Amino acid sequence: MKGYYARKIHSLLGVIPLSFFILEHLVTNFGAFEGGLAKFNEGVAFLNNLPLVFFMELLLIWLPLLYHGVFGLYIAYQSKPNTGSYNYERNWRFLFQRISGVITFMFIIWHVFETRVQVALGNVTHEELGGIIHAVVMNPLTFTLYLVGIISTAFHFSNGIWSFLVSWGITVGPRAQRVSSIMCMGLFAVVSVLFVLSLIAFRNVEFATALNVIDSLKTVLS
Amino acid sequence: MAETSALKKNVKFIITRQDAPDSKPYTEEFEIPYRPNMNVISSLMEIQRNPVTSEGKGIAPVCWDSNCLEEVCGACSMVINGKPRQACAALIENLEQPIRLQPMSTFPVVRDLVIDRSRMFKALKRVKAWIPIDGTYDLGPGPRMPEKKRQWAYELSKCMTCGVCLEACPNVNEKTDFIGPAAISQVRLFNAHPTGDMNADERLEMLMEDGGIDGCGNSQNCVRSCPKGIPLTTSIAEMNKDTTKHMFKRWLGV
Ligand code: SF4
Ligand code: FES
Repeated sequence: MKGYYARKIHSLLGVIPLSFFILEHLVTNFGAFEGGLAKFNEGVAFLNNLPLVFFMELLLIWLPLLYHGVFGLYIAYQSKPNTGSYNYERNWRFLFQRISGVITFMFIIWHVFETRVQVALGNVTHEELGGIIHAVVMNPLTFTLYLVGIISTAFHFSNGIWSFLVSWGITVGPRAQRVSSIMCMGLFAVVSVLFVLSLIAFRNVEFATALNVIDSLKTVLS
Repeated sequence: MAETSALKKNVKFIITRQDAPDSKPYTEEFEIPYRPNMNVISSLMEIQRNPVTSEGKGIAPVCWDSNCLEEVCGACSMVINGKPRQACAALIENLEQPIRLQPMSTFPVVRDLVIDRSRMFKALKRVKAWIPIDGTYDLGPGPRMPEKKRQWAYELSKCMTCGVCLEACPNVNEKTDFIGPAAISQVRLFNAHPTGDMNADERLEMLMEDGGIDGCGNSQNCVRSCPKGIPLTTSIAEMNKDTTKHMFKRWLGV
């Protein structure tokens, strides 16, 4: 009995709240592409001014993420990939869902450590976050890692919605599953493009000024 | 020239062998004369008649399992050129040579190509894949089944418990206790039956136990491998729907 519920909760948390959080995060980041630093900081400030923000983060992000991530690692461990003998599209997606899950989990831990944890430790203020990401995207190595991280997140999110619809018995027949497949892969493309555009937007020098170090350098130089 | 035509008339096999359940597997090569319309089982019979490898070494004949010889019993399932299927329905002329024969290693190997499919029969017992009709008195005829339903249910009833879908599934392995696609589809079949429906909840609850339907990871290899063309992934999704409904029903106490 336990396994069934554990897996159901894992599947549910992937959509509510985690998928919603990804979409929210996409909108905030896309502010950087649309309106630059000002728009991005506005978004960050709005989120951080939400009431009970700590408890919202805990209940809607940290705990679901921890459960989904750790249980997901166990699911990935339990599978025995066989795309060599069964070279089918759905089988490849089954494998990529597990690989992207592991990459996404590691990427999120790293990303959260660089941003949210540093804010919590008092090393960085919310206004400086844009500058941190600017530094990340200016370094070719971390830029590449971020690129891999966000594309894998976008895949895991979109393909996960496809599986969710099957696992909850919403898309039952082959036609429903084919249509939802096309829609989810479309979602993957859109979300990837938007995330990558946002990431590239952080290369704008404007974000550099958000870093106090560069700020003070500038004052020294002028 | 004479040599090439002689080669053409021979069929080459590379067979994975294993002497006992816990001994190490090894491979042996065989070459047998080609005859029209021969299939993998008739080739194995030929090897049995003359158990000599291509190097001319006399060996114990290769063991296999078969029964109906017309793809309805499922006993002869083995991995042929990398894909699990029925040996009796595998025509030599459609196969690329050398033909590689391996046991379906998802199951315990008894000897050579003979495997033990008991876990599948246990799974059928577990999900109560039957319709209880016995009573202490004559229960009379059961309710009739609508023709439309009968048509798709008949497709599900073609399952021969051959094990190909379990072999193809990346989630049926030694690290999990996943029951596999076949038994899940049988729950759908017996729950669709008007009399079987009277015990529908019991079967759903068995699918919600450990090793049940939650082990499915949607690779969908099963539906592409089933020799009977059973819509396994539709059955699984349908049972996902029914177990989910059952879960809420139980919580809300309706
Ligand atoms: S569902 Fe198909 S592949 Fe699976 S055991 Fe039955 S006949 Fe074989
Ligand atoms: S012998 Fe029965 S299926 Fe091949």
